[in-house]
Amino acid sequence: MKDLPVAGKALTLLFTAAFLVACSGTDTQQQEEAAAAAAAAEAAAAQQAREAEQAAAREAAAAREAAAEERRLEQAVAAAGSTFYFDFDSSTLTTEARQALDAHIALLRTNDRNVRLDGHTDERGTRDYNMALGERRANSVRDYMVVNGIASYRIETVSYGEEQPVAYGSGEENWSQNRRVELSRQ
Amino acid sequence: MTTLARILLFATLMVSAVSARAQLVIEITQGMDDPTAIAVVPFATEGAGIAPADIAEIVADDLRRSGQFSPVRRDNMLSYPSTADDVYFRDWRAIDTEYVLIGRVTPGERLRVDYELFDVNRERSVLSGSQSDASGEARMLAHRVSDAVYEHITGIPGAFATRLLYVSVERNLQGKDYYRLTLSDADGARPIVLLESREPIMAPSWAPDGREIAYVSFETGRPAIFRQELRSGAREQLTNFRGLNSSPAWSPDGNTVAMVLSKDGSPDIYLMDMASRSLNRITRHYAIDTEPTWMPDGKSILFTSDRGGRPQIYRYHLQTGITDRVTFEGNYNARARIAQDGRNMVLVHQRDGQYHIAIHDLVTDRLQVLTSTDLDESPSIAPNGSMVLYATKSGDRGILSAVSVDGGVKFNLPARSGDVREPAWSPYLMP
Repeated sequence: MKDLPVAGKALTLLFTAAFLVACSGTDTQQQEEAAAAAAAAEAAAAQQAREAEQAAAREAAAAREAAAEERRLEQAVAAAGSTFYFDFDSSTLTTEARQALDAHIALLRTNDRNVRLDGHTDERGTRDYNMALGERRANSVRDYMVVNGIASYRIETVSYGEEQPVAYGSGEENWSQNRRVELSRQ
Repeated sequence: MTTLARILLFATLMVSAVSARAQLVIEITQGMDDPTAIAVVPFATEGAGIAPADIAEIVADDLRRSGQFSPVRRDNMLSYPSTADDVYFRDWRAIDTEYVLIGRVTPGERLRVDYELFDVNRERSVLSGSQSDASGEARMLAHRVSDAVYEHITGIPGAFATRLLYVSVERNLQGKDYYRLTLSDADGARPIVLLESREPIMAPSWAPDGREIAYVSFETGRPAIFRQELRSGAREQLTNFRGLNSSPAWSPDGNTVAMVLSKDGSPDIYLMDMASRSLNRITRHYAIDTEPTWMPDGKSILFTSDRGGRPQIYRYHLQTGITDRVTFEGNYNARARIAQDGRNMVLVHQRDGQYHIAIHDLVTDRLQVLTSTDLDESPSIAPNGSMVLYATKSGDRGILSAVSVDGGVKFNLPARSGDVREPAWSPYLMP
């Protein structure tokens, strides 16, 4: 609908020309000139309207493309998941974790939302030492995001240590699910 | 006091009676080989009224739990004397009793308990006394009688009239966790919920006067350190820093709280002056420094650090600023607590992939593993240095367990439901 003002201006021009013609007495040459001017104005207006239409179409296409890109990034994020797992007693990002994080980083570059990283450990070892290990894991995810262009002020890290397991019970099967960082968009 | 203005009251959260199923129950798993036989005769009631509790039973349970006594069963007693004149030593020798404790309870506005201890072999009275309490806390009176008897016979002050803090977690039918900070007597009786939250509660610790506590609560969505007065329930948030806010530990003089903050990058130990609330950072290392605890003389602080690659115990000397390493045996030694003698240090020690409670003698540098279960943590030592309370797992459930410092006596304190963890044994409490 952006082309309306342009068409409006053209129409005003057209009516002004017609009015001038009606009021300008008997000179035939003047009448012809007026008619030609009116025709030219009409053509110019039509041209402007066409161009505006094309620009709008280009914009709409770009918006559709951007939306599709965002959908694609969102889908990639959904596929990657928001939980990144760690090896025993380690805060080093695994290859899988880096790939998953790359999807989040690509999306975060297109918006200005903040994220929160919750670090967790398994039940082995002391609780307060594990609080520190959980923070180390969250920080290692944060550092990777910062290196890849996400501003650090957009990221908050909180450690829960071993306080909030997702898998209850002992054994590596449970422990490996609990050694994690969870990303949530704020 | 300017701090009073900052104290927040959450009266509805506090001091509510706990449901019976969350109460701890005691299961003795191992006692001494040759415990002392003692007859705790049912106490007589004097005057009008009904005794509010079976004092003799509470005393007998206390002594049994220490592992050093074997109380005589009531149905084996030939008589129930309540005065010295009625104690016939021949009757007690006949059932191999070494000591006899008798007593009288006088109910009323001020509950009173009189007691007398007899040595059967020497055929004489060896200890007598009385305890009274206006608040009518019959169980605490009984524990004080236990303390006196225990001290007379073993030579070590008793720690029965003390209290515990612990954290419990229960999952409701919708799968939601409820965290509770509970205060109870040392035998698990009279539990009171001090704080209930949907978010984690951690690291309860006692002020040296036993009137205040500190702990970590995630109720704001992040960890924060709180202090709370037990009597009034008044509480105050001490910290709200970015990153870790953990491991509060009161200095022996009560003027300073050591804590762990990571606001300046890595987890380090800070001291908060309780009068000015000013902070003083005492460790500066990119490694993890955590789990501070004060030596009884207040001159140095033990803490856990992985600055050497693996967690070990270090000691920071406040006067010189020097830090030295304390533990060298094994590759995981963490969360130390020290006995009042300044010598026996209890800690979590990993051996063959399992986490046990160990005791480390700071004079001889010898380390002895006290427990044989796995995933043992959070050791807390009784104020008389005799027993170590700690958290462990039984099946998939978290329970509390206790072991004597020589490893000879063991008992469990499971809750009837839910997980229990992070016990903190109180200091001696003023009557």
